[in-house]
Amino acid sequence: MEGLTLSEAEQRYYCDLFAYCDTESTKKVAPNGRVLELFRAAQLPSEVVLQIMELCGATRLGYFGRSQFYIALKLVAVAQSGLPLRVESLNTVKDLPLPRFVGPKNEQELRHTALYSSDADNSTPYSGVIPPPPGRVQVKKGSVSHDAGQQRTSTDQQESTSPVVSPQQSPPTSPHTWRKHNRHPSGGNNERPLAGPGPFWAPFSEAQPGSSTTGDPIWSGHSPPPHQENWVSFADTPPTSTLLAMHPASVQDQTTVRTVASATTANEIRRQSSSYDDPWKITDEQRQYYVNQFKTIQPDLNGFIPGSAAKEFFTKSKLPILELSHIWELSDFDKDGALTLDEFCAAFHLVVARKNGYDLPEKLPESLMPKLIDLEDTTEVGDQSGEVGYSSSPAEAPPSKSPSMPSLNQTWPELNQSSEDTAIVHPVPIRMTPSKIHMQEMELKRTGSDLANPTSPLLVKPPDLSEENNMSSSKFVAGNTVADGYSSSDSYTSDPEQIGSTITRQRSHSGTSPDNTAPPPPPPRPHPSHSRSSSLDMNRSFTVTPGQQQAGVVAYPPAVPPRPPPSQGAGPHVHRPVDAESLIAHTSTSPQQIPEQPNFADFSQFEAFAASSVNEEEEDEIETHSEVLQVEKSSDSAGSLRVTKTDARVEDKAAASVPVNAGKGTTPLAPPPKPIRRRLKSEDELRPEVEEHTQKTGVIAAVLASQPSIPRSVGKDKKAIQASIRRNKETNTVLARLNSELQQQLKDVLEERISLEVQLEQLRPFSHL
Amino acid sequence: MAVCIAVIAKENYPLYIQSITTENELKFHYTVHTSLDVVDEKISAMGKALVDQRELYLGLLYPTEDYKVYGYVTNSKVKFVMVADSSNTALRDNEIHSMFQKLHNSYIDVMCNPFYNPGDCIHSRAFDNMVTSMMMQVC
Repeated sequence: MEGLTLSEAEQRYYCDLFAYCDTESTKKVAPNGRVLELFRAAQLPSEVVLQIMELCGATRLGYFGRSQFYIALKLVAVAQSGLPLRVESLNTVKDLPLPRFVGPKNEQELRHTALYSSDADNSTPYSGVIPPPPGRVQVKKGSVSHDAGQQRTSTDQQESTSPVVSPQQSPPTSPHTWRKHNRHPSGGNNERPLAGPGPFWAPFSEAQPGSSTTGDPIWSGHSPPPHQENWVSFADTPPTSTLLAMHPASVQDQTTVRTVASATTANEIRRQSSSYDDPWKITDEQRQYYVNQFKTIQPDLNGFIPGSAAKEFFTKSKLPILELSHIWELSDFDKDGALTLDEFCAAFHLVVARKNGYDLPEKLPESLMPKLIDLEDTTEVGDQSGEVGYSSSPAEAPPSKSPSMPSLNQTWPELNQSSEDTAIVHPVPIRMTPSKIHMQEMELKRTGSDLANPTSPLLVKPPDLSEENNMSSSKFVAGNTVADGYSSSDSYTSDPEQIGSTITRQRSHSGTSPDNTAPPPPPPRPHPSHSRSSSLDMNRSFTVTPGQQQAGVVAYPPAVPPRPPPSQGAGPHVHRPVDAESLIAHTSTSPQQIPEQPNFADFSQFEAFAASSVNEEEEDEIETHSEVLQVEKSSDSAGSLRVTKTDARVEDKAAASVPVNAGKGTTPLAPPPKPIRRRLKSEDELRPEVEEHTQKTGVIAAVLASQPSIPRSVGKDKKAIQASIRRNKETNTVLARLNSELQQQLKDVLEERISLEVQLEQLRPFSHL
Repeated sequence: MAVCIAVIAKENYPLYIQSITTENELKFHYTVHTSLDVVDEKISAMGKALVDQRELYLGLLYPTEDYKVYGYVTNSKVKFVMVADSSNTALRDNEIHSMFQKLHNSYIDVMCNPFYNPGDCIHSRAFDNMVTSMMMQVC
């Protein structure tokens, strides 16, 4: 039952008949009654009719679907031509005449059928008559019979030449007329050369005179009006020459490859479908249903259904896999393994059609073809944009399939270009407004430190990093101060970001933009592991911006303060007052340093702010600062903190009393810091270290002392102040944490001290003894 | 041109084989089967290092007195074998090459069909049509 190949004429004729039988206008099913009447009109013995019905499967189905009907018609033709009824004969018998349906008046009908069979002509009028419904046959064939008579000889001739008349002879002419009148004559004109006379459509008889008057020369010669009332009047007066001309052509057609025949069939179907009620057209409610089904699988109507999902879905329809495979082949127009909405609707429609008994076409019907952008050359980016995004990778495949889809291939590069903003392919560094805002803020923050960091990558991730770093709560983090944090974090983030994709950056933008606009973006805190490396990275990567000095400076600030002052003349200052002087000296030196190290200045600004706050904070800052030192210089790791501690104590003491003697003041201070870092260290070692540390602390103190002056000199905008406030708040929190930790350590240290003293006392009695 | 076209899976069983029916089909089946050895030989001769650069088109596998056998291997070790009439001297190598390309494209289309399980026999009508058209190009 599959693969019924119909010639064009047959196809048309059958379609007409089907439409005729389709009294309920279902367009799919012909009720049995009507069909039976029709078959009876074919003058076949009833057992033949039954056999036909069986063969076509109508008895099985209980109704006549379109395919069944067509098969039945063909079988009728087969039977009428005297061939045995076989299913194979459907396709193998070539040049089968159209089935002839006769009414009560057999003679005339026969004549008509003869005429019908003999007719084949483009010039013939297409006055088709519907095969007679029983009892309604009105054979008024006066003139027709004349014509018939005229034709008979030729008919006989014809029949002698070819007992099996070319099916091309008997095209449904009425459809042409119908087409002419109800649609546009284009179809009719095209098919005329191929078609001969066909059944006459009585309903359109009114139109026929119109057709004849429209200037159709063919019509004029054939007195259509009398034909109009003929139910079965295959009469017309086609010159037989055309029939002959058609015949060889049709024969040749028939003998060509089956694919060609199927192609013509398909063409026919297509043409027919364009002119008739399209058997493959999707009605609105069907379309809506399909769309809803599509949504259940893929909510985005512009998106795709992947092949696997579609496979599951259509497997539910219980069609055999082979047919589903064929449906897929037909409907996946761009061969991408996924279904767009249009493709899905086409596939669904084919499944529905198949379930209702239609045969699957060889080619996708026109009405089911998905609308492609390139074909329509419009800006339907909607359909294709998703496709492009999806098929950006298989874009190479379509170009290779150039024979099949040349037009599609051309669109791929265009579409790819159009999808730039969605494609991940292009690493477009997009720095949008948020970053600019952020940049401005950063710049303002840095103005306090004479820094300008226009480099956007720097700004991208600082808030994120700052959040991270806040989490890390490393001691030196606070010490690094906001500025350092910014710079180092920026440097840290910039590198991976530059390597990374745009999207990452965009994401960071999206992540940072709210942060920037929201009040407190935590200033960036570099990872502990990256503080130095990040600065180095910055040195490498940002050689352009002057602000990058910050990078190099990052390394500096912790390092510089202790170093230069000792070199500048801070020998081992044992005495505190000397230290104080050195401090003062350092004060003088520090300003020199500041222009060189703007970051340092920033840092100092921070320090200054911190200094302006409570002493403890200062201590903490110093501690953190020294912790920075600690981090920066592993060698000083222990010492810096000790320096911090001593400095802290020194500061305290200095605040209270100037003479913070190194020897005296530091000694008691020595033990406390010592256990923190090196519990086992002897006191002896402590002292020199302490002295060193005092130097450093002195330096730090000098720096700190000098710092307040510097930042004031720099003009600050409100934003800078706010930024610095934010920074300070963060550092405050960090420092507070630090403070608590240190206090904890202090407690431990004190406990140890107590235990040590107890031991001492225990030992002492012995000595005293 | 081609009198027989066959698609052979990686495991050397036929996924699709079609010949024009004028001659004893079995003979063509046998020819294709024997050509597999030559195909394998050519693949292995390339060496492991050249797997990526391996040319898909293998060219003339071996000629017999009546016909020539051409081979083509995809990267997934699916082999296409084409038996062409020797008498048809007009067939040039690049034409065969383009025919294999078309075959390959059609095969890709078949694979894209989610209802096709790799390893199944190919029943696709589009593939059939394409093959038939190739075989019928020159009668």
